[in-house]
Amino acid sequence: MSQHDQDAHSHGSVSSYVVGFVLSVILTVIPFWAVMTSAFDRATLFAVIVVTAVVQIIVHLKYFLHLNFTKEGKIDTLSFIFTAIVIVMVVGLSIWIIYESVLMMMY
Amino acid sequence: MSTSATAHHDAHHDEHHDTGRNTTLGFWIYLMTDCILFSCFFATYAVLFMNTAGGVSGKDIFDLDLIAGGTAALLLSSITFGFAMISAYKQNKGGVLFWLAVTFLFGATFIAIELYEFNHLIHAGHGPSASAFLTAFFSLVGLHGLHVTAGLLWITVMFIDVAKRGLPDRTVTRLGCLSLFWHFLDVIWICVFSFVYLMGAM
Repeated sequence: MSQHDQDAHSHGSVSSYVVGFVLSVILTVIPFWAVMTSAFDRATLFAVIVVTAVVQIIVHLKYFLHLNFTKEGKIDTLSFIFTAIVIVMVVGLSIWIIYESVLMMMY
Repeated sequence: MSTSATAHHDAHHDEHHDTGRNTTLGFWIYLMTDCILFSCFFATYAVLFMNTAGGVSGKDIFDLDLIAGGTAALLLSSITFGFAMISAYKQNKGGVLFWLAVTFLFGATFIAIELYEFNHLIHAGHGPSASAFLTAFFSLVGLHGLHVTAGLLWITVMFIDVAKRGLPDRTVTRLGCLSLFWHFLDVIWICVFSFVYLMGAM
């Protein structure tokens, strides 16, 4: 029985998919609405886009990709976190290096 | 059910679960490397998007209505694939075939919208060779589009497999990998529409 419960949990149920879907729709509509109507100034728009994107990625990871911290699912989550760190370095450091070099060439 | 039969069933179940689990984990590791590939394309785009060579920038060419349509199609395909997986775990063959077909239609809609956009841009003279910005844009969005196309091909193959052989454990494991692939592409698309289209158009 407990094995079955765990399976049901890690595979997701209709309600968990629907919850994930509704959250995703809300988190997609907010930035599209904000940009299409120019509801805020540039800095606020930027923040809205980044925050909704990050939250929506977490929603997808939890409700659609079923990442979790159970004994069985931990390895997936840890490998994702490791990948996320690599990505932050690849993207973040590339942008940092190139933008700094552009600035230095201008002066 | 006698105790020995239960024990046997559990042992069998665990054994199957372990091999399926290893396959899924291996596929997940592949997806993580794919993530890094995408991140390189994102870094390239971030570095090059201002180099428009005096031509158009994102603000001039991005049609957010179109992108919202594509995003809706992809998001709907994500939940319909979820329903296909729930049907698969319940051994409901008809349900799996139905939801796979619906997922395929939404995915195909997304690709059709993307092809329309690319075609429109190229005919307006904003092809991938017009500027560094457009090269990076077509590479990044095109790479995602290629993945979705591969996913559509895979859905077709799984549809035929399930229709012919039903849902043995092996097939359910394969569907599980395809599910990871499909939802993973949706996560990549969140980054594409946020950082390329929305930030480009604001």
